[in-house]
Amino acid sequence: MTTVNKIANRQVICETLVEQAATDRDIVVLASDSRGSAALAPFAKAYPEQFVETGIAEQNIVGIAAGLASAGKKPFVASPACFLSMRAIEQIKVDVAYSATNVKLIGISGGVSYGALGMSHHSLQDIAVTRAIPGLTVILPADRHETRRATEALLQHEGGVYMRIGRNPVQDCYESAEAIPFEIGKAVELRQGDAVTLIAAGETVRVALDAADALAAEGIACRVLNMHTIKPLDAEAVLRAARETAGIITLEEHSIHGGLGAAVAEVVVAHQPVPMRIVGIPDEPAITGTTAELFEHYGISVANIRELVADLLRER
Amino acid sequence: METHELKRKAAQIRMDLLKMIHGAKTGHTGGSLSNTDILTVLYYSMMKVDPQQPKWPDRDRFIASKGHSVESLYCILADKGFFPKEELATFSRFGSRLIGHPNNKVPGIEMNTGALGHGLSVSVGIALAGRMDGRDYRTYTLMGDGELAEGSVWEAAMAAAHYKLDTLVGIVDRNRLQISGSTEDVMALEPLRGKWESFGWTVHEVDGNDTAALETLLRQLPTVPGKPSLIIANTVKGKGVSFAENVPHWHHHVPSDDELALALAELAKEAGETL
Repeated sequence: MTTVNKIANRQVICETLVEQAATDRDIVVLASDSRGSAALAPFAKAYPEQFVETGIAEQNIVGIAAGLASAGKKPFVASPACFLSMRAIEQIKVDVAYSATNVKLIGISGGVSYGALGMSHHSLQDIAVTRAIPGLTVILPADRHETRRATEALLQHEGGVYMRIGRNPVQDCYESAEAIPFEIGKAVELRQGDAVTLIAAGETVRVALDAADALAAEGIACRVLNMHTIKPLDAEAVLRAARETAGIITLEEHSIHGGLGAAVAEVVVAHQPVPMRIVGIPDEPAITGTTAELFEHYGISVANIRELVADLLRER
Repeated sequence: METHELKRKAAQIRMDLLKMIHGAKTGHTGGSLSNTDILTVLYYSMMKVDPQQPKWPDRDRFIASKGHSVESLYCILADKGFFPKEELATFSRFGSRLIGHPNNKVPGIEMNTGALGHGLSVSVGIALAGRMDGRDYRTYTLMGDGELAEGSVWEAAMAAAHYKLDTLVGIVDRNRLQISGSTEDVMALEPLRGKWESFGWTVHEVDGNDTAALETLLRQLPTVPGKPSLIIANTVKGKGVSFAENVPHWHHHVPSDDELALALAELAKEAGETL
């Protein structure tokens, strides 16, 4: 059983960057009046000369980051995912991806983290738009431990990355950061099984694990793939799942259009068609509530997964 | 380079770019002609660049925020030896790296531009990096006047003043024309000087087709330490080709065979007269 975690992923990013900046003076953190919401105030305090505040100006923050990168810096932009991925998408496309600058874009408070604040503050299309841009890597870490490993990987990776995290602490999926074999573009099989495969990313990984564990107790062994990198997608892991299990259920804190489910379906439909279910937020402004309430409402839940697994097993 | 040589060089670059656009049957002719004098002064008189080491860390930077007038830039980079001049014939052709907007796979080009309103933000980042690393390079950004309707320009203008980036020089190619007509009819920019001054910049106006005046001004910058410099370069769209000057459709008009011959004759005279 996992312990209750009180450390948000954003704090882990800050800790990791503070550690690394001690020896790497090229790391630059940029915030758009978001140092508090990104939990980056400790970095700004520790390394003021490696911190750039742009005010509430998402287009400008991405352009400035690209300029810094073109002059050899390693910029990390931390800004709410809803604004960063939409207001600045042209800068992301041209200044980061097309110009091939080494900019790391951290979309904070992603998905429905701001559940009660309405559609303006939800980022439920960000995966769809970022993964359609050539040259951009898209990552959603599952918990604080994976966030640490992902942040370390970003520091080693040359090129543009969009990494989305949620606002609140999430329950652990891993026991420690050291226990994770994190590699960009390589899915992690967290549960073995040949009944149905659950593919999740970000905060839905914990839900997939809970569902798999509940089903395992009933004698149904579901495979769980943590697809932390949505682009480039680990097509091999998807195709193995398509061949070896009765079907695939994707779980995402994102619109059902264009996100993880679509990415998996694109691979499956071309090479190994199998029954699939895409679970996410339907094509509507999401209802008001906490992340937990919204997950429950939209079926990102153990109960719904159990039913969908039963469906797929009947179709086998 | 001596002043009369700059004028001659500008005429040669105009001839090169007209031939290139004519050959490719596409290009942004008017804007490239209007900014040729500015680029000529930057690349032949002001900027520390090394064609043998395009990524030299101490180089001065040029960002073509008005990326659509890339033709003059390609011609200058080829002339300086960043890449072979023969490659200009591939401009806009299938598979060419000489795309119709700046492409940083071409040696000497820093960033891919073309979407307007991006260049000044990028330049702020480059200038900040220079300060962090203790390098004294200059960052020059050329913007179109029509481009200034993009809000992101003003986000960057605010940041440049906030961070006191006096190594940054913004140049507005003030040719007063955009694709639909006069800038003042499409979306009025005046009072333009007042706008930049109120954003914390030191503003200078100059005849942007006068290479000597441009050179004199650029050498004085920054006139106020701690402030970014903005040059309103009053230019004539289509400059150097009498029948293209101030004619809006020359924005991306491709010269016919006859027009090319006439234009080259005019420019050859210009290049010759100033020898």
